[in-house]
Amino acid sequence: MRMFKIIGKIAAACLLLTPGMAFAPLPPLRAAAAKSFSGGSPGVRGGTLTIALRSEPKTLNPALASDAASQDVIYCMNADLIHINRSSQRTEPELAQSWDVSSDGRTYTLHLRRGLRFSDGQPFTADDVVFSFRVYLDPRIDSPQRELLIIGGKPISVAKLDEYTVRFGLAEPYAAAERLFDGFPILPRHLLDRVYREGKFSKAWAISDAPSAFAGLGPFRLAEYVPGQRIVLERNPYYWTRDSSGTQLPYLDRIVFLFVPSEDAQVIRFLSGETDVLSRFSSEDFAVLQRQESKEKFHVYDLGPSLEYNFLFFNLNDVSTRNLPQIAKKQAWFRDLRFRQAVSLAIDRAAIVRLVYQGRAAVLASQVTPGNKLWLDPAIAQPVRSLERARELLKSAGFSWRPDGSLEGPGQHPVEFSILTSSSNSQRMKIATLIQSDLGQLGMNVHVVSLDFGAMVDRLLNSFDYEAAIMGLADGDADPNTEMNVWLSSGEMHLWHLNESRPATPWEADLNRLMNVQLVELNYLKRKKLYGQVQAIVARELPIICLASPDVLVAARNNIGNFSPAILEPYVLWNVDRIYVR
Amino acid sequence: MKNRRAFWVVLTLLASFHAVIVCAGFFSPYSYSAQNRDFPFAPPSRIHFFDSRGDFHIRPFVYGWAASSESFNSYAADPNAVYPIHFLVSGPAYRVAGFIPSRIHLFGVAEPGRIFLMGTDGFGRDQLTRFLYGGQISLAAGLIAAACSLLLGLVVGSLAGFYGGWIDDALMRGGDIFMALPWLYLLFAVRTALPLHMAQWQVFFLLVGVIGLIGWARPARLIRGVVLSAKERNFVRAARGFGASDFYLLRRHVLPHTYSVILTQMTLLIPQYILAEVTLTFLGLGVGQPMPSWGSLLSALQHYYVLVSYWWMFLPAILMVPIFLAYSQVADALQERSRSFPL
Repeated sequence: MRMFKIIGKIAAACLLLTPGMAFAPLPPLRAAAAKSFSGGSPGVRGGTLTIALRSEPKTLNPALASDAASQDVIYCMNADLIHINRSSQRTEPELAQSWDVSSDGRTYTLHLRRGLRFSDGQPFTADDVVFSFRVYLDPRIDSPQRELLIIGGKPISVAKLDEYTVRFGLAEPYAAAERLFDGFPILPRHLLDRVYREGKFSKAWAISDAPSAFAGLGPFRLAEYVPGQRIVLERNPYYWTRDSSGTQLPYLDRIVFLFVPSEDAQVIRFLSGETDVLSRFSSEDFAVLQRQESKEKFHVYDLGPSLEYNFLFFNLNDVSTRNLPQIAKKQAWFRDLRFRQAVSLAIDRAAIVRLVYQGRAAVLASQVTPGNKLWLDPAIAQPVRSLERARELLKSAGFSWRPDGSLEGPGQHPVEFSILTSSSNSQRMKIATLIQSDLGQLGMNVHVVSLDFGAMVDRLLNSFDYEAAIMGLADGDADPNTEMNVWLSSGEMHLWHLNESRPATPWEADLNRLMNVQLVELNYLKRKKLYGQVQAIVARELPIICLASPDVLVAARNNIGNFSPAILEPYVLWNVDRIYVR
Repeated sequence: MKNRRAFWVVLTLLASFHAVIVCAGFFSPYSYSAQNRDFPFAPPSRIHFFDSRGDFHIRPFVYGWAASSESFNSYAADPNAVYPIHFLVSGPAYRVAGFIPSRIHLFGVAEPGRIFLMGTDGFGRDQLTRFLYGGQISLAAGLIAAACSLLLGLVVGSLAGFYGGWIDDALMRGGDIFMALPWLYLLFAVRTALPLHMAQWQVFFLLVGVIGLIGWARPARLIRGVVLSAKERNFVRAARGFGASDFYLLRRHVLPHTYSVILTQMTLLIPQYILAEVTLTFLGLGVGQPMPSWGSLLSALQHYYVLVSYWWMFLPAILMVPIFLAYSQVADALQERSRSFPL
């Protein structure tokens, strides 16, 4: 679960940025999913949708939430100025009816919709926008989204021009800046201004607060919270959107989020009819559900590869030879590109896809998954397994083999290292076990060490007491800007070598340069070319050895209308105002 | 007399089972880490005496598998690929009881045939092999850890019960504190202090130590209660009156009363400790892949898809039941015997 937290955190950081211009076609649905997808057809009002959350939301405060459960509930209760349609991956006007961009790309003027009301009936004006962004930018509140609003080292400026017009100023041009607005829900100034000024904002909108304390511009509002069991949202009577036949949205009367802590329990609840949709589950459960599909009146959907990439990486951090002498010694191998190439060549990625994901995953050549059609560079060759080439590379790097077949490094040290994984992620544990066996064929003595997620992250980010690790990162959006914190050598998710004061290698300098250039380049094709070069460097230099990307798998009962899951979070609830019960 | 014979039967079974576990390498056809990536979740091999034409073979055989193209893990027997089972064949190297190197396996089939008497797991590893090897760690760790915590419990409980007063208070409150400690977080801390990778024997003693240490407080309470009531018996008072020393009283008159508690606790604790290993493995304190343990075999059953799809994954669990029953039978019988001899 905690794994999702970090993924959630990254996702939060990423939701906002993305490909501005071009059309992002939905990935083609596979056989199982090829059944009728109801588009945005008019539905009927009424009914309840029940869905399970993996954990209880930690907060309902949009400026504080970093876990996936909180974000899902907040998504249903709030609205942002400009929204990313998760299906088309294009931006859509939401609270802002339209926007103008100055010719230098540094000033955005947003024209707000008039006559909107929060879910408590109070009107929405530019003051609410200015207030919201003041909160998001406040360093004392330290919102997880805050750093996205720092562009060119300076926070963006927000100014009210009149009751319904707001101007945003950027220090530098920023590619696809309008996508930034997705993920910054507008807060009601009339409810939160006082607590904010009293310095108590970080306690505001806790999940246990009374429903009357909340107000949002989203389709639903809080009705009930039962600790340990469920959170219930009811229709927001002031929601502004109407469907093509003029019916006020949302269609649903209520959404019930049940807290069901494990995936297995979620599957059982879905099968027993207690929940209506099932969001993201493993391919093993997919097979189980698929067998009962026709009997039980639901469909399972394989949406194709997600944006999540799983990878193996070695510890290339500057570790002190005094505190961690063993690791420092082994880094001589890890830093040798030929060693990393040999490891990559020895890994049977096809077996990972088949045995870990039952074929419902894609082999990765770089960090960009086949699900990300807009940014994937197809010119990058798929990795091919070759133990012979791996052995040649190791030989050329000074490695040799003992009579018993075990590998030893240049100083006659036996090649032995451990791969760290999170014990809460059974897929990654399986990947580690496969890699252990693969590398055993090269004579490497690999140990799989599984720790709980918190302990693992502490080693990866703080103590650097690890040799290699398997991790996955999931972007909330497809845009390369979401990846800035991974590829910039100063980035906080530059996992293999954190806290670099300057790029440690020439190719890391290249990554910095390419990522920074694409950030301010406004032309999609030029950006795509730049990001393609980033992918090529990752595939060539292997700072992370990309393995596989699991498919997004979801399921819904047949009586759920307008069910249109997407590969972007929140996978099934993104069009929650249009979902209805037949 | 009849009970007595049953006792010896059970004891012999238990002993021979342990002998099989000790010689896991001999009784299992493969290495516990060997992955057959073409056969994930393969069902148990069926042993045939009659071939597809109905002819009888004196030597049993298995069919090869043709993996079905429809799904990644559905298999059909290939009647043209016949692999007779051979006995005392040469196979992957192993060590008997960790010392004597050998290559002889009780049974096996010629390559590329495969024989999985208990099916395979998700990596195509032979479940029978993993069950036998897993028993080595789990039974030894369970037994030694249970002995540790009972020994500690016995010492603490009998001292507390026998002497009473401040000794009792101090020891029992100590036990309370021990039970109230947030073990999960302490284990996190222990894990952080330890090196990332540990040798197999280090892991083993760590398991035994952690499990044994955590578990002593409860048996100590039970034993204290028994000692408390035993020491007030008239014959104990009488013995004291004759000038018997504390040690003599404890040994001769009081502790024999605790045998039944200890034996029942033992039979309860061993299965419990085998499961405790699953938790410890989750925290990174257990045996790592690819080394099997019964805990890790059981933990596969936590997944819903395993429960509903692959019945042979239950086999290790089912096989453990008679073993634990045998333990409790032996404990019962021992209790019976101790009762039939006057104290």
